[in-house]
Amino acid sequence: MSFPTDYKYTKEHEWIKADGKNATIGITSYAQESLGDIVFVDLPKPGADISAGKTFGSVESVKAVSDLYAPVSGTVTEVNGELATAPEKINKDAHSAWMIKITLKDPAELNSLLSAADYEKFVAEEGGH
Amino acid sequence: MRYLPKSPADRKAMLQAIGARSIDDLFSPIPAEYRLERDLKVPRQMAESEIVDWFRERSRENGDTYATFLGAGAYYHYRPVIIDSLVSRGEFLTAYTPYQAEISQGTLQSIFEFQTMICELTGMEVANASMYDGSTAAAEAVMMAVRLTGRRSVVIARSVHPEYREVLTTYAHHQNLPLSTSSFKEDGRLNLEELEQSITPDTACVLIQSPNFFGTIEDAATIAEIAHKKGAMLVVSIAEAVSLGIVEPPRQADIIALEAQSFGVPLGFGGPYCGVIATREQFVRQMPGRLAGQTTDRNGKRGFVLTLATREQHIRREKATSNICTNQALVALMVNIFMTIYGKVGLKELAKQNLAKTAYAAAQFNKHAKVLFSGAPRFNEFIVQTSEDPYAINSRLLGHKIVGGLPLKKFYPELGNAALWCCTELTTRSAIDTAVGLVAESERSVRSAREEVDVQEVAP
Amino acid sequence: MKHMTRKATRHVSQNEGLIFEKSSSGKAAWKLPPLDVPEVDASALLGVSERKDLGNMPEVSEIEIIRHFTRLSTWNYAIDLGMYPLGSCTMKYNPRVNELVVRLEGLANGHPYQPERISQGALRIIKTLSECLIEITGMDAITLQPAAGAHGELTGLLMVRAYHESKGDPRKKILIPDSAHGTNPATAAMVGYSVENLKSNAQGMVDVAALAAQMNQDVAALMLTNPNTLGVFEQEIHKIAEIMHAKGGLLYMDGANMNALVGKVRPGDFGVDVMHLNLHKTFSTPHGGGGPGSGPVAVKSKLEPFLPMPVPVTKPDGTLGFEYDRPQSVGRVRAFYGNFGMFVRALAYILANGPDGLRQTTEDAVLNANYIRKGLEGVYDLPYSTPSMHEVVFSDKLQAKKGVRTMDLAKRLIDYGFHPYTTAFPLIVPGALMIEPTESEPKEELDLFVEAMKSIAEEVEEDPRTVLDAPHSTRVSRLDETAAARKPVLRWKQGLNH
Repeated sequence: MSFPTDYKYTKEHEWIKADGKNATIGITSYAQESLGDIVFVDLPKPGADISAGKTFGSVESVKAVSDLYAPVSGTVTEVNGELATAPEKINKDAHSAWMIKITLKDPAELNSLLSAADYEKFVAEEGGH
Repeated sequence: MRYLPKSPADRKAMLQAIGARSIDDLFSPIPAEYRLERDLKVPRQMAESEIVDWFRERSRENGDTYATFLGAGAYYHYRPVIIDSLVSRGEFLTAYTPYQAEISQGTLQSIFEFQTMICELTGMEVANASMYDGSTAAAEAVMMAVRLTGRRSVVIARSVHPEYREVLTTYAHHQNLPLSTSSFKEDGRLNLEELEQSITPDTACVLIQSPNFFGTIEDAATIAEIAHKKGAMLVVSIAEAVSLGIVEPPRQADIIALEAQSFGVPLGFGGPYCGVIATREQFVRQMPGRLAGQTTDRNGKRGFVLTLATREQHIRREKATSNICTNQALVALMVNIFMTIYGKVGLKELAKQNLAKTAYAAAQFNKHAKVLFSGAPRFNEFIVQTSEDPYAINSRLLGHKIVGGLPLKKFYPELGNAALWCCTELTTRSAIDTAVGLVAESERSVRSAREEVDVQEVAP
Repeated sequence: MKHMTRKATRHVSQNEGLIFEKSSSGKAAWKLPPLDVPEVDASALLGVSERKDLGNMPEVSEIEIIRHFTRLSTWNYAIDLGMYPLGSCTMKYNPRVNELVVRLEGLANGHPYQPERISQGALRIIKTLSECLIEITGMDAITLQPAAGAHGELTGLLMVRAYHESKGDPRKKILIPDSAHGTNPATAAMVGYSVENLKSNAQGMVDVAALAAQMNQDVAALMLTNPNTLGVFEQEIHKIAEIMHAKGGLLYMDGANMNALVGKVRPGDFGVDVMHLNLHKTFSTPHGGGGPGSGPVAVKSKLEPFLPMPVPVTKPDGTLGFEYDRPQSVGRVRAFYGNFGMFVRALAYILANGPDGLRQTTEDAVLNANYIRKGLEGVYDLPYSTPSMHEVVFSDKLQAKKGVRTMDLAKRLIDYGFHPYTTAFPLIVPGALMIEPTESEPKEELDLFVEAMKSIAEEVEEDPRTVLDAPHSTRVSRLDETAAARKPVLRWKQGLNH
């Protein structure tokens, strides 16, 4: 499995693409594969604050719910409305099916996240038991 | 024991296969100090005929040929025979929850039909597959409104069934939900000015019952307007489902909590009954209870499954919309069959007969005593206020094998000697006339006792 | 199928659409007697409250209704057809005498508010059942009010909270083993407690050292199922109770697995303070497609003041009644008195068994589970070697190597004429197969089950596709649950093509 090198990652399988003071967040293709067919995504509204390490929503498959953890802190500016009617987009292409866009509270928080190479290694270890 | 399908030879063979010397080996994990070495002190094993006799005696001790005028959240309606014929089929009676959809299509399709008919009758867009009963459905509906609005207090009409209010108090207590009560006015309906005052920016919902505990139909449309204007939801509890045949449902409500017992579920001394929650599609993910959804199989054939299970306890665990697991499936099936039997025309005719019996009874009682709340429309219940304590009148009625209306002093002391009377399609004119006669006699004797006293006082 | 199954085969079954698809104006299945009072004008009486239209409610005849539901019923599996090996569900025989006695007129038509004078029959049933259940559980007092197990858990935890509040501090947390049923944490949250997980040890039982470390003044209670969801009896229950009690905490027992204990041991004797029972499991009341149940809660005397009200009492004159003056009660958890219809059935079951029948029932339940365990050991992976009581848990570890999981095996079992066992629970066993036969299964049925499971294991090796695409013999093949959740269709609508 390969992961975009210009993204950063968390151990809870979220990805974040930063662009100056703004960022876009989604979940990785590894996450969507573990979840199976996604049926519903519960996301915050624009204007809501998210806090690094805390949950900001959830993603549901038929038989399970997984919390979404914020990679960094910030304020939601945009929510991907397509996911409300077509959550399967995440299964099709998790790395382009973004969930929320935010303004970053503290860009330095990005430094403690995993690079694509680190995340790939982490996933390989987790997957192989 | 005749329910156990094993012979001593079977048991011996099985123990041998397991490699155990005796059944006691299999119970060795239980520490010796706790093992019961004596028989349980329960009645000795009975033959089937003895069991039937024992319960027959209990039935005789339970007023088994009395006519009843009781309602108050549990209603005596005729139960068509085919309800029991069908629910007694082993494939319905002894089936498990339909988690394995391929071998539960019977249960799932009938739940889907049930959900559809509840929507048709209540005017809502989605309905669940049942809750325990009307009281817990109301409490869960309120919790749902709290989750949906993010607000933390509730206004309840005092004309909601007193026991429903008690249940809500119990549920709300540990969620730190303040409950405030809004009272009724002289026509038995909710006092709208008082209601408006009691709704704050922190009110999640207003809970009313319609027809209310007194049988009076509330002005749900106006109440909805008042609530919605202030950002609160309207939750309407309906305890007498037959009213839906002739009374317009509260279509402006956000959530309806129904007690469907009137639709073919026996009175059974209080349970099991059949609660249902119905609401708008947009709220479905916050609705507790099971849901049957339509889908297709691998060959494109229509089928049904339990769906949106992620709301439920077995997945969400502590974040579930409720802890409900087992619901009321078999009684919901009774309700389903009842609704199917009466259907579009029958439910209306049935409700009209209830209206007619009640109108006759209320008019007759009103000739001799005082029938309250006549300024607003009612369905099949009304309050009679008498000079004498209703307990005394009811005592005499029992002698005629009639159970009179429910005395209300313990719930609404300000109404004095008042009792709640209910007439259904099964109430006979002769029972009504007898009851009215006894109330008339009671009023007469109280009046003449007073006159005697007056006469004595006047005489020199 | 590798071998012709001995238990089941295909049979022509009738198709049947939705009842609305049969509906047609003018058909009727009802007839009301003529009114013996004057007709009324609904518009005049109700004004704007009058309902004019009942929308798309159906209009069908009686035979169509009989055929409709009869055909639907033939699509269901049921205990009356064969075994349900579902773990912790206790799918036992539902005796028919129960159905007869509950329909006796005085009981079926008893109104909950009728005067106590003519309710002595119902009250006597409540009293007798209560006494039997207290004796069976070894507790001191009981409430029959809760409508189901989860409702009983709620009631029990409300009493736990009330007890701690009466001592000045409600406390904050409930400890719950990671093997617990989902209703346990869901209930704790409803009562305003946070949940703390308790790990199981290598034998699948409560890790007593972990418990001792986690138990403190913030913990109100431990919610335990015993035997646990692995079917294993908590042998250190004594220590567990002591640890809880030493720091003022309470021991709650989820009684879902009482079928392993009745007549052999009593929870009240091994330190339980409060527990719920499932009458629709242990006490034979029918599952009816998902309910009704009944979840009585039995307590030790220190919790008696907090019982929901009203409480059944015997009056000085010897008659029975209800007591409402209970100042410390947690209140009501529902209107009226409980699922009385289930009390009648459960009591009839107890009377049919007597003490010897109840004991033999428990012994047969445990015997059956161990027989299955012996038959399938080596065929399926057994994650815990601890002795099983009334249920046994295997895992799909061996079959997973071929890409076949517990859900697939379960679906294939349907082709062999059985209802699946419980899949994917408890959570501490990945790929779990949880099997509880109950005492109602004859040796023949157990042998057929073991044979079927062995055959499926062979199929996994030789022809996994057959298992992965199962079931093959049902009216509908695997249903698209994803579509059902993404775009829920929760009712029929006029005019939509199906």
